[in-house]
Amino acid sequence: MIVVEAKSFAQVAAMTSDCRRLLVAACAGCTAVCGVGGERQAEELADALRLHARLRGKVLETEVRGVTRQCEPEFVAEFAPAMGRAEAVLTLGCGVGAQFLAERYPNVPVLPGVNTRFAGGLTAPGVWEERCRLCGDCVLHLTGGICPRTRCAKGIMNGPCGGAAGGFCEVGGGSPCAWLLIWERLERLGRAGVLDEIGPPPDWSDAQAGPRRSGKGGGAE
Amino acid sequence: MNTDPRIISFCCYNCAYAAADLAGAMRVSYDPRVTIVGVPCTGAMEAVVVLGAFEEGADGVFVAGCLDGECHYKEGNLRARERVARLRERLSEVGLEPERLEMYQVSAAMGARFGEIAAEFVDRIKALPPSPLRRGAAVKGGMSR
Ligand code: SF4
Ligand code: SF4
Repeated sequence: MIVVEAKSFAQVAAMTSDCRRLLVAACAGCTAVCGVGGERQAEELADALRLHARLRGKVLETEVRGVTRQCEPEFVAEFAPAMGRAEAVLTLGCGVGAQFLAERYPNVPVLPGVNTRFAGGLTAPGVWEERCRLCGDCVLHLTGGICPRTRCAKGIMNGPCGGAAGGFCEVGGGSPCAWLLIWERLERLGRAGVLDEIGPPPDWSDAQAGPRRSGKGGGAE
Repeated sequence: MNTDPRIISFCCYNCAYAAADLAGAMRVSYDPRVTIVGVPCTGAMEAVVVLGAFEEGADGVFVAGCLDGECHYKEGNLRARERVARLRERLSEVGLEPERLEMYQVSAAMGARFGEIAAEFVDRIKALPPSPLRRGAAVKGGMSR
């Protein structure tokens, strides 16, 4: 899923400071799972922003609305009545949701309430870890299901680099060396031989050539 | 200095509310400006309820739940404690003194302790200025909810 973090309250307060009627748009998808963008968090943030404004002698009215997913037009359409009343919208959806709002409601400023971080998964309660860089050219079949592009600090493709110490990457952060993990896993599977073949350098062109598109169940071109 | 503090206390029915009841039966007196609101479990008490109390002009809010390990819903009191800690940070971000919010833990048998808590908290709030949100028209809930 898409992992997001809340922006600091100070940032959000500054962003919304000249607004008098603010819509706080929650998303029940990934950002709600992150404990940041659900309706409950939106209500709390709206309350805090109102208190903040009042303590500074300003008047802020807030409205909180949530939809199932902000990254789909039908759901984004549900914001229409509230958008009509708002001077600006503070969205707790990810960057995709924020852009869908901006596209559909061109006259309402869209303010991001979260920082969209990465595609990851839960590794401990409340801890998400990046597992995929969305490169568009997946090599997991060659690497034992462990992504070197994401999990190797240098993103190298025919590793390891030789700098690991005690099983951990030499680049700080305390991550296990991805290439050691790949080696161990391939060996367990009896497939370590795939590493004998030197692969081509990663092709990032598809990852960087503007927005990518994909159809349901469809293959990449 | 606040001579007429308005204090809201959210008390769990299973312990703190019962303790407050016992305090009454024991003739332990505490400031009548502590308004007790019973809640089924402090763990179920949403952050917006606490912030709402401040928005309505409360000078102080205390949440009272069961002792560690004695919550009827296992960990509701621990969650409440975390939530209160987080909300205190939020209060200071917003511009209110974090001391205006506190979490206490008592058992149903601690009537006298409840009286002490109430007195302590009232003294603390009296030492602060009145809440700046107390006067003026309430800017309520929002455009439609
Ligand atoms: S190789 Fe590319 S698509 Fe596959 S997991 Fe790594 S970043 Fe994601
Ligand atoms: S130590 Fe391992 S994970 Fe770190 S950069 Fe080298 S190969 Fe990549």
